[in-house]
Amino acid sequence: MQTIFSIGLDGLSYGMVLFIISIGLSIMMGLMRVVNLAHGAFAMIGGYLASYALRDLGAGYAVAIAIAVVGTIIIAMPLEVLLYRRIYRKSDPLIQVLLTIGITFVIIGLSNFIFGPTLKPIPLPGELSGPLDIGFRMIPTHRVFVIVCGLITALALWLLIDKTEFGIRLRASVDNSDMADSLGIRTEWIYAATFALAVGLGAFGGVVGAELLPIEPFYALRYMVTFLVVVSVGGAGSIAGALAASLLLGLADTTGKYLAPEYGEFFFYLAVIFIAFLFPRGLFGRAH
Amino acid sequence: MSTLSTVARKSDGAFPFASELTAVASIAALGVLGYLLFPDDLAFLTRLIGITLLVLSLDLVTGYCGIATLGHAALFGVSTYAVGNACLGGLRDPVALLGVGIVAGAIMGIVSGALITRFRGLPQLVISIALGQLVAALANKLSSVTGGSDGLSGITPTPVLGLFHFDMYSRTAFVFSLVVLGIVFVLLLRFVRSPFGLLCQGIRDDDLRAQMIGAVIYPRLIIMYAVSGAVAGVGGALNAMTAGVVGLDSVSFERSAEVLVMLVLGGAGNLWGALFGGIIFQIFEHIVSATNPFHWMTLVGLLLIGIVLFVPRGISHGVAVLWSKVVTRGGQA
Repeated sequence: MQTIFSIGLDGLSYGMVLFIISIGLSIMMGLMRVVNLAHGAFAMIGGYLASYALRDLGAGYAVAIAIAVVGTIIIAMPLEVLLYRRIYRKSDPLIQVLLTIGITFVIIGLSNFIFGPTLKPIPLPGELSGPLDIGFRMIPTHRVFVIVCGLITALALWLLIDKTEFGIRLRASVDNSDMADSLGIRTEWIYAATFALAVGLGAFGGVVGAELLPIEPFYALRYMVTFLVVVSVGGAGSIAGALAASLLLGLADTTGKYLAPEYGEFFFYLAVIFIAFLFPRGLFGRAH
Repeated sequence: MSTLSTVARKSDGAFPFASELTAVASIAALGVLGYLLFPDDLAFLTRLIGITLLVLSLDLVTGYCGIATLGHAALFGVSTYAVGNACLGGLRDPVALLGVGIVAGAIMGIVSGALITRFRGLPQLVISIALGQLVAALANKLSSVTGGSDGLSGITPTPVLGLFHFDMYSRTAFVFSLVVLGIVFVLLLRFVRSPFGLLCQGIRDDDLRAQMIGAVIYPRLIIMYAVSGAVAGVGGALNAMTAGVVGLDSVSFERSAEVLVMLVLGGAGNLWGALFGGIIFQIFEHIVSATNPFHWMTLVGLLLIGIVLFVPRGISHGVAVLWSKVVTRGGQA
């Protein structure tokens, strides 16, 4: 019973971290059709900035998160203008893979050079680091914090995409970019804003999830595959799909690691293959 | 393979074996050039040849069939482990070990082909990654077979054909690998122009139309995957025999990603592109990582971005365009 509860809690919080980071990638792949393998690198930049702000600038946790999100967007936007714009929507996937792996390598090389190859801790503030009493047992507060963050992200994104003017324009561009363009929607701006949103979410997830996915230079390559898998399993562009896929895979991975740790990621990828056979378009994917 | 190639189209040149002879001459010239450039580092060149075979193998499925995969190291890795185990188990003849690698690679190719080619687009890419990671996780776990994270060591094949010993300067290993590369390359040049190879390119370009003219796609792609696995197996066998050790890096995701990068760099859908992409990338990586270990990843990344910006269809295509420009200008003058 204890084990099941621990697995459930850890799986849930791990799934939420996966969700916060992957949802940005999912939106980008749904809208711009870019297989952005550099998404993990942006999450990593967020982690580095937060660690720097907390430990060297002495900022508070909330300020550090803000610095990380805004800083990562500022770093990433020139890349959008100079590089990503060329590969939106119509480009050959192999070219997208080549370009975004190139960007990932550059970011890994530079962060290794600037911050060194060691793990960068992101110290939690006192109110998040201790245990939390929920009546029948104690659980780590950080896990609860991550889960709440994930739920807020999902809710905010749903409101943004389903209820606002921006969301309407965004969905119009997803469904038919050329028609949206002809109707006077500035799709270029929509793309840029979406890119910023995706990168910002990635950075946010990188900071919040640093306890579970520790920040180091090879973060970008190590977890990139995991994020891509979550997006594919959930169906690109779907919030509900990404949430379901994150929680399912988070649970599968945590269960595997609790019960058979020596198998590593075996169960995670076994689950992926099973789901892909059952739902070839992803859990909530649409046919294109 | 050979029965198919006898009916191959002889399209280029009046000379019957022109492209094959060019290939043999080029590979021999590249070998001599490599020997002159890196006389003290034949072990590196030997490793390069093994990986280049993996790039060729990837070209068969990605370039000629349009299957995007980031899990191709699984084919390579399984055959390195098979060869390692066969050699430690007593089968130490290099040619027989090549055979072991080919069979192991082909079986792994059939398994991955059966899974991966059922999908298209992003799910296909993800399934290939998942398969690669499954193999990597198993290689780590089944340490009685694979040695786990320590790997297998002490792989010492007997002399090639009973005559040439594997020496510590890797001379035998280098020449042996070069000869194998030449043979495989010539066979593949014929293979991709065979009716089967042409049909695969037809499936890549338009699978619906290929179905309309009566091609059954799924088994063909699996056969192509088996051939690709056999080629990867040759590379894996060479790698295991000449390095003497087999480690987890031969099944890693990084290996899969790197070979895909080499292929796209050279130009997918062209065996020459795969050959030169593999060679250029690995030499670049070797030089840069030796001279500046701090920045090599940054530089490799910048190289990739530059390729996308300036020669997006690969070096082989860029060279072809440049060459045709030179030729037409020369014709006008």
